[in-house]
Amino acid sequence: MSDITNQSLNQIIKRIKTKEISSTDLTKAYIKNIEGAKKLNAFVTTTFDYALDKAKQFDNKPNFDQLLPGIPLAVKDLFCTENFKTTAGSNILNNFVPSYESTVTKNLWDNGSFLLGKLNCDEFAMGSSNETSYFGNVINPVGDQLVPGGSSGGSSSALAADLTPATIGTDTGGSIRQPASFTGTVGLKPTYGLCSRWGIVAFASSLDQAGPMTKDITDCAIMLEAMSGFDEKDSTSINKKKENYSKNLKDNIKGLKIGIPKEYRVDNMPKEIDELWEKGKKILKDLGVELIDISLPHTKYALPTYYIVAPAEASSNLARYDGVRYGFRSEKGKDLIEMYENTRSEGFGDEVKRRILIGTYVLSSGYYDAYYLKAQKVRQLIKRDFDDNFTKVDAILTPSTPSSAFKIGEKTNDPVSMYLNDIFTVPTNLAGLPALSLPAGLDKQGLPLGLQLIGKPLDEQKILNIGYAFEKNCEFKNEIKKWWS
Amino acid sequence: MSLDKEKIKHVAKLARISVNEAKVDSLTKDLNSIFKFIEQLNELDTNKVEPLTSILNQSLRSRKDEINDGKIREKVLKNSPKDSEEFFVVPKVVE
Amino acid sequence: MVVMKSEKFDYFINGDNGKYEVVIGLEVHAQVLSNSKLFSGSPTKFGAEPNEHVSLIDSAFPGMLPVINEECVKQAVRTGLGLNAKINNYSVFDRKNYFYADLPQGYQISQYKNPIVGEGKVLLDMPYGSKEVGIERLHLEQDAGKSIHDMDPYNTYVDLNRSGIALMEIVSKPDLRSPDEVNAYIKKLRTIMRYLGTCDGNMQEGSLRADVNVSVRRVGDKEFGTRCEIKNVNSIKFMQMAIEYEASRQVVLLESGKEIDQETRLFDTKKNETRSMRSKEDAHDYRYFPDPDLLPLKLDQKLVDDLKKSLPELPDKKKERFIKDYGLNAYEANVLVSEKEISDYYEEVAKLSDNKLAATWMMGDLFAMLNDKGLNISNSPISAVDFAELVQAIKSGEISGRIAKEVFEIMIESGDSPKKIIETKGLKQQSDPKELEKMINEILSKNKDKVDQYKSGKEKLFGFFVGQVMKSSGGKANPQLTNEILKKLLKG
Repeated sequence: MSDITNQSLNQIIKRIKTKEISSTDLTKAYIKNIEGAKKLNAFVTTTFDYALDKAKQFDNKPNFDQLLPGIPLAVKDLFCTENFKTTAGSNILNNFVPSYESTVTKNLWDNGSFLLGKLNCDEFAMGSSNETSYFGNVINPVGDQLVPGGSSGGSSSALAADLTPATIGTDTGGSIRQPASFTGTVGLKPTYGLCSRWGIVAFASSLDQAGPMTKDITDCAIMLEAMSGFDEKDSTSINKKKENYSKNLKDNIKGLKIGIPKEYRVDNMPKEIDELWEKGKKILKDLGVELIDISLPHTKYALPTYYIVAPAEASSNLARYDGVRYGFRSEKGKDLIEMYENTRSEGFGDEVKRRILIGTYVLSSGYYDAYYLKAQKVRQLIKRDFDDNFTKVDAILTPSTPSSAFKIGEKTNDPVSMYLNDIFTVPTNLAGLPALSLPAGLDKQGLPLGLQLIGKPLDEQKILNIGYAFEKNCEFKNEIKKWWS
Repeated sequence: MSLDKEKIKHVAKLARISVNEAKVDSLTKDLNSIFKFIEQLNELDTNKVEPLTSILNQSLRSRKDEINDGKIREKVLKNSPKDSEEFFVVPKVVE
Repeated sequence: MVVMKSEKFDYFINGDNGKYEVVIGLEVHAQVLSNSKLFSGSPTKFGAEPNEHVSLIDSAFPGMLPVINEECVKQAVRTGLGLNAKINNYSVFDRKNYFYADLPQGYQISQYKNPIVGEGKVLLDMPYGSKEVGIERLHLEQDAGKSIHDMDPYNTYVDLNRSGIALMEIVSKPDLRSPDEVNAYIKKLRTIMRYLGTCDGNMQEGSLRADVNVSVRRVGDKEFGTRCEIKNVNSIKFMQMAIEYEASRQVVLLESGKEIDQETRLFDTKKNETRSMRSKEDAHDYRYFPDPDLLPLKLDQKLVDDLKKSLPELPDKKKERFIKDYGLNAYEANVLVSEKEISDYYEEVAKLSDNKLAATWMMGDLFAMLNDKGLNISNSPISAVDFAELVQAIKSGEISGRIAKEVFEIMIESGDSPKKIIETKGLKQQSDPKELEKMINEILSKNKDKVDQYKSGKEKLFGFFVGQVMKSSGGKANPQLTNEILKKLLKG
């Protein structure tokens, strides 16, 4: 046990509980790693003094019954944290210090953990490579010059580089699962409504969902258990009993039916992705799962639908950033309107502005029916595709992404090719379903690839169980050389 | 359907984002390629489909009519770029 | 009182080329009576220090989410029921997007395609008869904050206390045809909502405002003219002035062959004119879409039924009952049901005294006094019980109407009951025929000359004798009895 930080969260918790390591020493180990990993640019803010203080408090009066006893955690900088700057990766919130704590982070702290720092992300979570952040791009620890995925790129990078034992991200169209896939880690987007959106900087309210990013499935179950739960402050929060995902984790998945949708075999998909999918199917089959070919006929329309719905909601959600009550205000301009226009032009980056304009346009007079209403209708069809098939299968297996991590700058000049990264992840956001990305193999260049398990609404336990069994039989090992330190 | 520069300027005005001439050109190119992609949806006949208003199949939950918020002026004004300790302050609005 | 049923509607504007009719529709914004705001727990009470009644939701901080106030929903349903309107069991909250300093979210949460209340109607009592005004819809929405432009020459100050307070927007059909009808309509809406307890109708505090849509057309035309919307008028008087100005402006334009631009206008109360609001030029594109932070509102029919059962008696019903049960005329009934508190006061007085006399005295002396003192019925210095006692004293002949006025004045000053006043001041009417006859005989014997003149035909002198009787009785002689006895004795 030379380095505690390369272990999984559940192993660390064990060592905390057996007093093999103190919370303070654990925290110090992560601080050392973070200080040596500035090159990755995963952090926007670090809260070391606060974390050491909380660790000391824990060590003085430890409570080992908690889910996350004495665990330091860094979180995506989209979660509002009381008294700690929250930027959403944007210049417009560069100096914003919330006086409140998001429900999801509060849940984590209430379970014994504390804040270690705020992780870089695409500006307002709009991006698939973490290149749209005002605070610069994040580097993927699996290889210099590679993107860590997005928008939770700081989260995936920090997790894979052992800068936090586990983390949380948000997923609007794939922002947890795609970066997890790119870094060989586990990422779960829960059912829409399982985790409260209160206190999370909103991107697209009908799609946004917070979820765990972890080194393995057990960690994922622990984190989900800690962060989820009904919140009366969020009108879209589902009122249901809390589940013990970690305690109920089972690796016997014999007899389950898993659907294989033919529409996820897209044109120009690298052969390696197809091979990975085949490998996944074989593992599951060997575990006694029945594979069933299914059809989700509207899959190809998910991404175009997403690029209407998400920008439309974003254009409205981001209207509050006007330089009046918080955040950046431009000093240019002679009256209120000019102040607005300059503040928003200087405060937002190009991708955010592009999406605000798309969203404004699709909602504007004369275009609403052709775009927004059309998209709401297609969204219904996409949801129906899943509803129809979930009468026949327990879960669906697909690749997580159409490629492995790409090079920094490779797709920045072609927005549509960037958007295509989310082709496999977006449908589940539109349908509000839980989906898990798990590391399943490496491509020719040795870069990690992930498979995605999609479940029925609120069926997180089942996809975690499938993932758990899969993980035990997959023989995937994420070998990351610490080239940056 | 293609977006011309004038349309983009109008939309930018609605969204209260100033765009300079140089930016309009690249925006026109990007947005047109995005809309070309989006317009794949026109292949689908959706005449008989109900639009999906909410993914959750439940009714709106309500709260009791109780006063349990407000009286936090300091917190409300704390982050503002300009205020008078009582009010938010913005450049003159010309009516 | 005269009921002016015969009067004819005659509000037209005469142009050189003919008569024009004015077509008016109102969008009334009524503040919902509730403790807390529509989507947050901040107080709604008027008159707080700037930005004191503001939560992080009302000021739209990142990540803040709306949760609806159940009472505001019920208030909207009650109001809908009071307007005889269809209650929609399925309604949707939409975002209305526009930028303004006092609109923190950059959108107002409102209801667009699916409002909570659909079509209804309101009855107006006009001098020319009853008039029905259609209600198009009622929906719930958030109020905006307040921009203050005159505190500083270069800056605008923003107070968000109002931001997020629940409003009901009540949209009428274009059924109104004159400033008088607008007056009657607003007052009727106000009365109904005050009966229901859903809006206090306080126009000074901004609880009731309206956007006024005005167009004109030649009398006999079937098509409506192009309309202009006059924004945010906060008193009935200003609404009437704005309509008069705007209608004439439109007639002048049409007469000179020009067209009317459909636009949003502002009523300048200082100059008494409407003018175009340029700042609203691009505001017509509100980009409405369903608010993804909220789910569709599904109302349980049982809730609607229960609310319906618990509604109070409303003015139209009460008026009918007052006419039937108390024998009042339509005018009296109308006045007495105009405020719930007035009708309650009247019913209490009527029960203890005389229906008709109670109405006359309330609408006469009592209302005049309250008006004089700037009071209303709820804080009247005279209780209903005391007032009933006064009315009863008149009715029974204990005091005359003239003395009653005196007693009334003393009641206001002293707060004493009429009984006590009449007794201590000895104001009781002299109604004993023997006593009176004795007194009159004395007067007649003192004025023999006048008696002779009367008998020789100068009958005008009758009044003189009455005067003398009143004088010597200190005004307490029963007038009717005095007349009778005088006539009898003068004949003899």
